Amino acid sequence: MKRIGSAVAIAVVFALIPALLLSVGCAKRADEIVVGEYGSLTGTTATFGISTKNGIELYMDGMNAAGGIGGTKVRVIVEDDQSRPEEAATAVSKLIDQDGVIAVLGEVASSRSMAAAPACQNAGVPMISPSSTNPKVTEIGDHIFRVCYIDPFQGMVIAKFAKSTLGLDRAAILRDNKNDYSVGLANYFAEAYKALGGTIVADEAYAEGDQDFKAQLTVLRAKKPQFIMVPGYYTEVGLIARQARELGITAPMLGGDGWVSDRLLEIAQDALNGSYFVNHYWEKDTNPAIQKFVTEFRARYKATPDGLAALGYDAAGVLVNALKRLREEDPKAFNALKGPRGDAQTAARAKLRDLIASTKDFPGVTGRITLDAARNAVKPAVFLGIKNRQYEFVAAVEP
Amino acid sequence: MQELLQQLANGIAWGSIYALIALGYTMVYGILRLINFAHGDVYMVGAFTAYFSARALGAGGVDPSPAYALLVLVIAMAACAALGVLIEFFAYRPVRRSSRLTALITAIGVSLLLENLGIRIFGADPKFFPQLIAPRNITLTEGVVVTNHQITVVLVSMALMVGLTLFVTRTRTGKAMRAVAFHRDAASLMGIPVNRIITITFAIGSALAAAAGVLVGLTNPKIEPLMGIMPGVKAFVAAVLGGIGSIPGAVIGGLTMGVSEYLVVGYVSSTFRDAIAFIILILVLLIKPTGLLGRNVAEKV
Repeated sequence: MKRIGSAVAIAVVFALIPALLLSVGCAKRADEIVVGEYGSLTGTTATFGISTKNGIELYMDGMNAAGGIGGTKVRVIVEDDQSRPEEAATAVSKLIDQDGVIAVLGEVASSRSMAAAPACQNAGVPMISPSSTNPKVTEIGDHIFRVCYIDPFQGMVIAKFAKSTLGLDRAAILRDNKNDYSVGLANYFAEAYKALGGTIVADEAYAEGDQDFKAQLTVLRAKKPQFIMVPGYYTEVGLIARQARELGITAPMLGGDGWVSDRLLEIAQDALNGSYFVNHYWEKDTNPAIQKFVTEFRARYKATPDGLAALGYDAAGVLVNALKRLREEDPKAFNALKGPRGDAQTAARAKLRDLIASTKDFPGVTGRITLDAARNAVKPAVFLGIKNRQYEFVAAVEP
Repeated sequence: MQELLQQLANGIAWGSIYALIALGYTMVYGILRLINFAHGDVYMVGAFTAYFSARALGAGGVDPSPAYALLVLVIAMAACAALGVLIEFFAYRPVRRSSRLTALITAIGVSLLLENLGIRIFGADPKFFPQLIAPRNITLTEGVVVTNHQITVVLVSMALMVGLTLFVTRTRTGKAMRAVAFHRDAASLMGIPVNRIITITFAIGSALAAAAGVLVGLTNPKIEPLMGIMPGVKAFVAAVLGGIGSIPGAVIGGLTMGVSEYLVVGYVSSTFRDAIAFIILILVLLIKPTGLLGRNVAEKV
């Protein structure tokens, strides 16, 4: 009896497969362009993915509501990579192979962008990373772009800020060894800081996902640094700050855009007062474009957009801008993007790639975006300080 | 010297958490000869139970109080004791008479089930434990600073370990547990209710894991559904190091693991943090497979 039951179950499953495939095939409507997005909606860096997704959604919905690209709507399919590089690669393969997306937006974390970028490059699908700052990301190939600054610049401005503005000569570094962004930023910072005449008194490491950092912090404490450079992501940064204070370390901490999260201070509580980090924009900037974005974002998501949300918004903007130019210059190629996979679409995607590469002076909320020959954006860095669990603007550093 | 003392102090606090988890491994192994791989995940469930009950009670808000902390600890321990009993009843009891490999694979299955249920129910992103006790720094000697949380961890673990030892050596139930561990069939012939004793063992072991989960939440407030994997494995190594089946052995093993982890990160490299556990495991198996306090048992052929 049992055996008959399972045979029936197997038959039902097999009968359903063609039906499922058909429904997936039918889902693609004629007059829309399908774009993929992958990000960390869950996991240790969940706010990265959620902020970026909200930023992209806000831009796309606004653009679609205003008539789309000459009547054509853009639909974004979002995949969660659970904050894991291997999942990022799977998510992007799924977007390209099953959903047939014509461009991909994502990721924030450089390790995950680097895991997924080869799939985009090989399939000839342009990928725009909103906020991966490690230089290696766009070196993967000519289809990989970003709309943010890169780590050599970020490391340099942090070093200058520490040495010249704060006048601190003794630095300690606590880096995340498992994370390309953190290792890269730590190295660029160390290089620039030493060139400016500063001393690195200690350089310790942890691994993403660690809970306990007291052993490393005890070693740092003995070297008496004037500040600690923590180029990690917000979850670990918050815990590190708390444990440093528990060990009686009072030195301020400095970090990069990996700190950008509305959960940072919830985790760190008071431990990060007096510390500084680099962001991509400042939400209280009086620039009307920024204020319009912040107001719209707040109205929809009941939260203040962080730097990553702003970059998600801009990445979507850069892509749509290239699509608009494609429609004006070559309507046939533009229509091929709506159609099925084939030679016509491959050629259209190559054209789209060229148009993204030629982005010039795009007015984004994080500044004017011009992509250089290495497919990177050159943008100002914004220093924020933390006082009484509040962010405050310190300085904007032009490249 | 200050640095060394600081590392030792932190290592002992960290190691007492391993010791608590290791006790559960050792008790279950002593009685069933089963390595309960789901034990690390019971620890995770303990941390989450405490997290949700603390939030439901509204603890950790403006006014952290030790009374709430104690209540949360008791709730988590009770919930996990029940979970341990359920796991034993539904997963291990049906395969108890099968080969040991069957039981081992069942244990791995239960472990994966709990982890993925955890992701499904609690979500994959980390939660941050509320401050149940207001944090305070205490300077032990010049340059050696610990928190009142760490001291609480050590004291609570010590109290539980002493309590467990007294329970096993001084009470009738404890005596019955030892008898079942010594020879299950003979104990059964002497009128000892073996099933009930095994149930009690699982309840106690799981409650201790839950206590470890609450204590870890106190000192290291980040909790997530996969947090039990590494501490579970390390506590298992601790149990093997101390001599699996031996209660004082588990405590010594746990503290050794905690301290050696701190010393390795402090003086060698943080990349060896997890490796040290396995280096210790390999050394123990090569040099003294019965562990520090384990007895030599002649295998009956």
